[in-house]
Amino acid sequence: MNSAAAIVLSVQQVKKMIGRKLIIKNVTFDVRAGEIFGFLGPNGSGKTTTIRMLVDLIKPTEGRIQVCGFDVNRDPEKALRYVGSIVENPEMYNFLTGWENLDHFARMVPEIGDDRIHEVVEIVGLSNRIHDKVKTYSLGMRQRLGIAQALLGRPNLLILDEPTNGLDPLGIKELRAFIRTLADSGMAVFVSSHLLSEIQLMCDRVAIISRGEVLAVDDVEQLLTGRNQFVIWQAKPEKKARDILSASGAVTFFNREDEVIDEAVLVGVPDYAILTETQPESIAELNRKLMEAGVEVEGIQRIMPTLEQLFLEITEGERIE
Amino acid sequence: MSSLLPLIQNETIKVLKKKRFYVVLLILIVLIPVFTYAQMKIAQNNREKFNQDWRLELQQRITDIQNTLGSDRVPEEWKKYRRIMLQQLQYYLDHDVNPDEPNGVTFTRTFMDNAVTLFIPLLVMAIASDIVSSERSTGTIKMLLTRPVRRWKVLLSKWIVLMMFTGIIVILTALLAYLISGMVFGYGGWTFPIFTGFALSGTEVNFDTVHIVPSWMYMLMQCGLIWFSSVVVAALGFMISVLVRSTAASIVTLMATLIAGSILYNMASSWPTAKYLFMINLKLTDYLAGTPAPVEGMSLPFSLGVLAVWGIAGLFVAFRVFTKQDILN
Repeated sequence: MNSAAAIVLSVQQVKKMIGRKLIIKNVTFDVRAGEIFGFLGPNGSGKTTTIRMLVDLIKPTEGRIQVCGFDVNRDPEKALRYVGSIVENPEMYNFLTGWENLDHFARMVPEIGDDRIHEVVEIVGLSNRIHDKVKTYSLGMRQRLGIAQALLGRPNLLILDEPTNGLDPLGIKELRAFIRTLADSGMAVFVSSHLLSEIQLMCDRVAIISRGEVLAVDDVEQLLTGRNQFVIWQAKPEKKARDILSASGAVTFFNREDEVIDEAVLVGVPDYAILTETQPESIAELNRKLMEAGVEVEGIQRIMPTLEQLFLEITEGERIE
Repeated sequence: MSSLLPLIQNETIKVLKKKRFYVVLLILIVLIPVFTYAQMKIAQNNREKFNQDWRLELQQRITDIQNTLGSDRVPEEWKKYRRIMLQQLQYYLDHDVNPDEPNGVTFTRTFMDNAVTLFIPLLVMAIASDIVSSERSTGTIKMLLTRPVRRWKVLLSKWIVLMMFTGIIVILTALLAYLISGMVFGYGGWTFPIFTGFALSGTEVNFDTVHIVPSWMYMLMQCGLIWFSSVVVAALGFMISVLVRSTAASIVTLMATLIAGSILYNMASSWPTAKYLFMINLKLTDYLAGTPAPVEGMSLPFSLGVLAVWGIAGLFVAFRVFTKQDILN
């Protein structure tokens, strides 16, 4: 991403104590204009608490949060003017229609008129049902209405907490494309998720949070390079192939039971396949050795490490739900 | 930055669209005819008993009270009340005014007197208990408080709307009582003279300040006082609504307090410090009618003061908590 772009959200050494317990130990990151920033962590890691601090629902015990240069906690009237958000579920007034809900929130922001409401309804594609009561909406429609209210004030920063919850695969795909267009128009988008694949597909940069601490902030691609890659070898006879690979010293073996690779990836891989972690540069050399020894190589499959594995490495096995 | 007016508009829309207010109206429309019917029965009974002469009935009541005053078995505190009541009734008899003449206005006046401690507070609570707690229990508070508006402004708009609806409830109760009972008793009685200004000095009623006001003026004063005590109940309900997440729990908390108050009311004479409880002071209309207060030393300014202190304290807590609170759920 363009690192010269303006910083829209700046979070500096934020801590939060609830009761006598330090829930958020140390959270620091910046989000720039035009990027999609992922906030990744398992349930209970402090994701939602952090998001609530970003929108002034919770006051941090220590540290500073600024949006477009305004302190969120000291100057919420100015800072929140630049923020659109959905915190957890998009809970709207059930007894009002979609339109009445948007009208309600539009009144709380100066200079938002009916034309802007029409515009956001059009953007999220709710025009047909906007005058129905929200209680008749499906989860997906509520999510759309939630996004519509977040966009009302033409925010510079859009905060979406687990936005794909309750969406079907097609809806998720649409949402991803939609978020990308928003970012391309210069908006900073902050997306939280416990689904690592989602962040990988959607985000430019990511902060990984665990037990109230940010463990890493980096480009999604940057975090993945320089790590070992998994390679699945399909060769016959298996015994001979295994010996050759082992003798080369360039691979580490592991079993299916170790669950290092996503089960879904292993579907259709035959039982005799050899699972290894191998430096990418030595694959060709190893292949030649196998051929020279008369082993029939049926397939060499490289598997990009997912954020799941990365996360496991960093957090040393804290459970991901 | 943003003004209060749109916020007030929002809150009003929410109260109306939530239909709770219509439930309040429905309760009034169902219950007032019941009381009207009961009142009609009483009037019929009296007419049969005294051959339609109210003076005989009044004389009978005076004699009854005089009899109980002679008895040793009646406690001294009760006698105090009755002596005062006796003097009032005698006053009405001497001036040839029927205090119980059935008409729409008299019914409304009596109904409002009885509604002030429990009935109207309950109706006000239906709105007050819900106005903040429902935002929290449905989660919409997150949407509401992430707008570029200060929290105290959001709460202030809710409080203003609540005061507005408290006024509407008091006026509607009086209006519906008048309209419904009027169908049976007739709509007259606006100029009927009513004695007020009784000043209690010890056990004696001081008649120096007593003067006659027309019914309509009396009712205006009555509604004003009822509105004041209802606003205090609303303030306390508002505070509980901020503190408690569940609407039901906040209704139960305040109703329990009010009912405890009405039980205490009868025992308060032997517990003087009870006069500082807000529940004991809610019957402001008693000062208008000259009914003696349950504890000595209570007067209209005293009760107004005690209620004001409770109300302001409630609002203070509500605003303090609401503006500082972390929204965790």
